[in-house]
Amino acid sequence: MIENRPGLNILAHVTLILGVVVVAMPVWVAFVASTHTATDFSSGTIPMWPGPHLVENYRTMLDTGLSTSGTPPVGQMMVNSMIMALSIAIGKICISMLSAFAIVYFRFPFRGLAFWCIFITLMLPVEVRIVPSFQVVADLGLLNSYAGLSLPLIASATATFLFRQVFLTIPDELTEAARIDGAGPMKFFRDILLPLSRTNMAALFVILFIYGWNQYIWPLLITTEPQYYTIVAGIKRMADVVDGLPKWHLVMATAIMAMLPPVAVVIGMQRLFVKGLVETEK
Amino acid sequence: MKRTIFNGQLLPWLLLAPQLAVTLVFFIWPAFQAIRQSFLREDAFGINSQFVGMANFRALLDSAQYLNSLKVTAVFAVSVTVLSMGVALILAVAVDRMLKSQRPYTTLLVWPYAVAPAVAGILWYFIFNPTVGILPFMLDIIGYDWNHNTDKGDAMILVVIASAWKQISYNFLFFVAGLQAIPASLREAAAIDGAGPVRRFFDITFPLLSPTTFFLLVVNIVYAMFETFAVIDSTTEGGPAQATNIMVYKVYFDGFIGQNMGSSAAQSVVLMLIVISLTVIQFRYVEKRVEY
Repeated sequence: MIENRPGLNILAHVTLILGVVVVAMPVWVAFVASTHTATDFSSGTIPMWPGPHLVENYRTMLDTGLSTSGTPPVGQMMVNSMIMALSIAIGKICISMLSAFAIVYFRFPFRGLAFWCIFITLMLPVEVRIVPSFQVVADLGLLNSYAGLSLPLIASATATFLFRQVFLTIPDELTEAARIDGAGPMKFFRDILLPLSRTNMAALFVILFIYGWNQYIWPLLITTEPQYYTIVAGIKRMADVVDGLPKWHLVMATAIMAMLPPVAVVIGMQRLFVKGLVETEK
Repeated sequence: MKRTIFNGQLLPWLLLAPQLAVTLVFFIWPAFQAIRQSFLREDAFGINSQFVGMANFRALLDSAQYLNSLKVTAVFAVSVTVLSMGVALILAVAVDRMLKSQRPYTTLLVWPYAVAPAVAGILWYFIFNPTVGILPFMLDIIGYDWNHNTDKGDAMILVVIASAWKQISYNFLFFVAGLQAIPASLREAAAIDGAGPVRRFFDITFPLLSPTTFFLLVVNIVYAMFETFAVIDSTTEGGPAQATNIMVYKVYFDGFIGQNMGSSAAQSVVLMLIVISLTVIQFRYVEKRVEY
């Protein structure tokens, strides 16, 4: 702060409070809706405060789901989302750490070509190559499987670049010392590189978990059996009812549950989250 | 470049194998297929296909729907970028003044980053729902009849707000970081010279923030063009009357629902070219930023 201007401070606080309220408004409305019954909406006045049906609505969704929409219980969809998000996050970290290690610590023919192969994935988001990717997964017989849900999203140039950056900052003296002590490459990787890049892995994990959990178009396309539905893709199926109005109170309960795990991760690990966000954009 | 390296010819390839296998099978091969199909025309049953040269691309340029989609995409991307960056900048400047309350405000503003675009779409779809939503109810009081199922403008406003809402937190974090990187001494010097807060913002803060602004500009355009697929699909599905049919949505719609593989593939190729140019711009700029 440059000078003391109480008027500006009040203005700043008012702006921020307004911002927080506007940003939180949709979630508040959804939460309120999820604590009422369907009849509360048809009466014409929209409730502004939570009703008494919170436990009842959430339990219904978690245990039995919305059978009219053909979706399984929310509990099961959340398990599927969790499996998908964890496989994507852990898988991406593993394969990109290994490839970054190879690129930084070895000299071999076609190293540049391998680097370009990885780099090009940056330019091919799943939305762009969606039709042919679907054909590949169908040909491999991976429709309706956890492998089909996660494998096509697992290659990541950003994660490889991040680890490359981290490895480049690790002093050469450490490598020399390890070599003199007779450590082979894999021992060096396990005992020196892994522990040194632990915070980077954690920060990256936060970002990748959110990325994996929030996937939409891919699970929507390749899962046709309800037992593999993920929650984010499942919501759309619930809101799309052919006859009559969707059961908004139950759809909103599902929306709240769908955002709970990633939001909890961001708030609980805010420091790691900000670190991961800034690092992956370098 | 490392001075100390390990020897071995086979080991590095083994280490690279998983990443390269996934990249080849799920990225490069599909991209190659998209390029190949963009030059082919399949018959109605998908059995025979023949080489048609640039015909699919020429058909795109002649298609009123595709030209409309280009226009819709431009309007949508610019609106989302301006709205989310504008709001984020105002909030970031306000939070930059705070000393003690910076952290709680940041926490309260960053969480929407974690909300899936599809969920963000559903939330705003519900709020703007003509029969049960709160906002149409309020708009009705001031005499505006909101209906995004029939009105093109209303539908566009809905998808822009839903997409921008989710992106505010991201822009906010980067703007705050950018503001904190500006040396306080510059603003202090300006204050001593008699520049008021508004003048200081426009003459010092905003110009020095331009690297962050430019970076966010590219990121937001990429976001609006590609990652908002889920917002569109969970709300308007491209309608009414093509009013929100952005390019990524059209690729999916023509490919999966319209079953027009040649046209869909040609659209994919156009999108790839756009992503490639945006990535190049971003990387050029990142190189410059290092020297900044």
